[in-house]
Amino acid sequence: MAIYDKSLGSRLFDLMLTVLMLGIIFVTLFPFYYILIVSLSNGNAVLRGEVKLWPVQFTLDTYKLVLSDPNVPRSLMNSLLYTSVGTAINLIMTALCAYPLARPRFSGRTFFTWMVTLTMFFSGGLIPLYLLVLQLGLIDTIWAIVLPVAINPWNMFLMRTFFQGIHESIYEAALLDGASELQILWRIVLPLSMPIFATLLLFYAVANWNDFFNALIFLNTASKFPIQLHLRNVVIMGRFDQTNELAGGSGFVIIEQTLRAYPNLAFVDRR
Amino acid sequence: MATAVSTARLSRAAVRVNLDRLIRIVIRDRYLYLMMLPPALYFLVFAYIPMYGLTLAFKDFDISKGIMGSPWVGLKYFEEFFRNPYSYKLIYNTIMLRIWHLAFGFPAPIVLALLLNEIRRDWFKRVVQTASYLPHFISLVVVCSMVVSFLSSDGILNQLVKALGGKPQPWLQLPQYFRPIWLISGIWQDAGWASVIYLAALTAISPELYEAAVVDGANRWQRIRHITIPGIMPTVTIMFLLRVGQLLAVDFQKVLLLYTPTTYETADILGTYIYRRGIIGADFSFATAVGLFQALVGLVFIIGSNWLAKKLGQAGLW
Repeated sequence: MAIYDKSLGSRLFDLMLTVLMLGIIFVTLFPFYYILIVSLSNGNAVLRGEVKLWPVQFTLDTYKLVLSDPNVPRSLMNSLLYTSVGTAINLIMTALCAYPLARPRFSGRTFFTWMVTLTMFFSGGLIPLYLLVLQLGLIDTIWAIVLPVAINPWNMFLMRTFFQGIHESIYEAALLDGASELQILWRIVLPLSMPIFATLLLFYAVANWNDFFNALIFLNTASKFPIQLHLRNVVIMGRFDQTNELAGGSGFVIIEQTLRAYPNLAFVDRR
Repeated sequence: MATAVSTARLSRAAVRVNLDRLIRIVIRDRYLYLMMLPPALYFLVFAYIPMYGLTLAFKDFDISKGIMGSPWVGLKYFEEFFRNPYSYKLIYNTIMLRIWHLAFGFPAPIVLALLLNEIRRDWFKRVVQTASYLPHFISLVVVCSMVVSFLSSDGILNQLVKALGGKPQPWLQLPQYFRPIWLISGIWQDAGWASVIYLAALTAISPELYEAAVVDGANRWQRIRHITIPGIMPTVTIMFLLRVGQLLAVDFQKVLLLYTPTTYETADILGTYIYRRGIIGADFSFATAVGLFQALVGLVFIIGSNWLAKKLGQAGLW
């Protein structure tokens, strides 16, 4: 805000605001930091509650242990596979859907827009989808993970709105020059739409990477589990084992997500 | 008679002309239809066939006969659901989570946006914003892992309680703490990201209003009270109604990760119950009936809240 108010009350307010905001930053970031220092501390020191602000008896044992479990690299590879294949399908399908719906002259526009919109307000729900995937024979395959979530309608409408923002005269010029709609999409619209593709790439990739539920219901074989499901099975479902007093929450970005999952297993092994 | 014949002939001709036009338009738009084909198939298979699958709620599912061939049983499963007192517990728990969220989780990003808007140094504002977005991109499983870890018997919360002279608690196993845990971890994860939409609404408020207010001698609080808050009220109303519309559509995945049999009393909701009865228990018809009930109530509330939004002079969702 451009207006500066030099009164005492206003300055006091600024001071309190700054303190409050520092508090918010602390509350937001401390859990990540805490997970990190716990992962770098000796397991017994963690158990005795000695880890507070710094790593105690610094060690990389947890990381060695995590990486020595073959399930970890495997589930990471699975996640990488599901995320990359899934996100590629997401982007292609979303663009194929968004482009026709963005073209004012498309005769099927109203019908298909309704077809998509309805699914945002009403759905068959969990069980019919599960039975469908079962009857299509997709259970325990990568397709059960990537196909049911191929298009997110909200994301699709974001992309459509972006396409609509491209000036109509560009389309008309291309049509006059004899370009087909396919050529327009491929050679004109796509190069102009990199910002929305980057945004949706992020949204879809994060959603695919973070998914555990589809994997939980659609996959049976442990060697096919993505990292999130593996993590859930080890850290969250394992939490009521007597051995799980350490309760490894697992942290941070991609690799740490895995690395921190294993203090539990460390304890299972030691006892 | 003659006129009737000629009218019929005319309309037949009109139909032919219309059909010709339609065919010409479809040929003209052939590439667009071709592009639309895979997405249309996707929605047909993964959205509309499951909607048809909801008929399962009125049938006795026999996996060998499929959904179509299974015999009709009418409202049997709905009666079973509504006769069971536990069902009302589930509905109550689901609504309670939504109400807790509306009371505390919903205002959090608004307050955050208002506070961020008062920060004078742009770089500091950006730092706070970036930090507050971070948890949104962390997976639910990791967030819940952290919750489990912090609230475990040797977790940081119990250490803190002990240091303050209190008695350590098995937080996640006590039903009375489930809702606060669910709520606070939710605010921690999403308030920052959810504030984006309110910050966007704040940038749309004309700076001239603030300048005029200063000239008129309004102090800071008065400017917030009489310019900023009214300025974002339309956005607040819309978001509120949207949330009310999701009354029974509480995200059950997080509940599934955080609840335990000892906390079912407050934590078990319709979504988790459908999962347990349907996927784990293979009680497909019953679970579908519960799902249909949930979806129909959801639809009524969405339409109702949209109607209300328009009634209040706001832009509706559609």
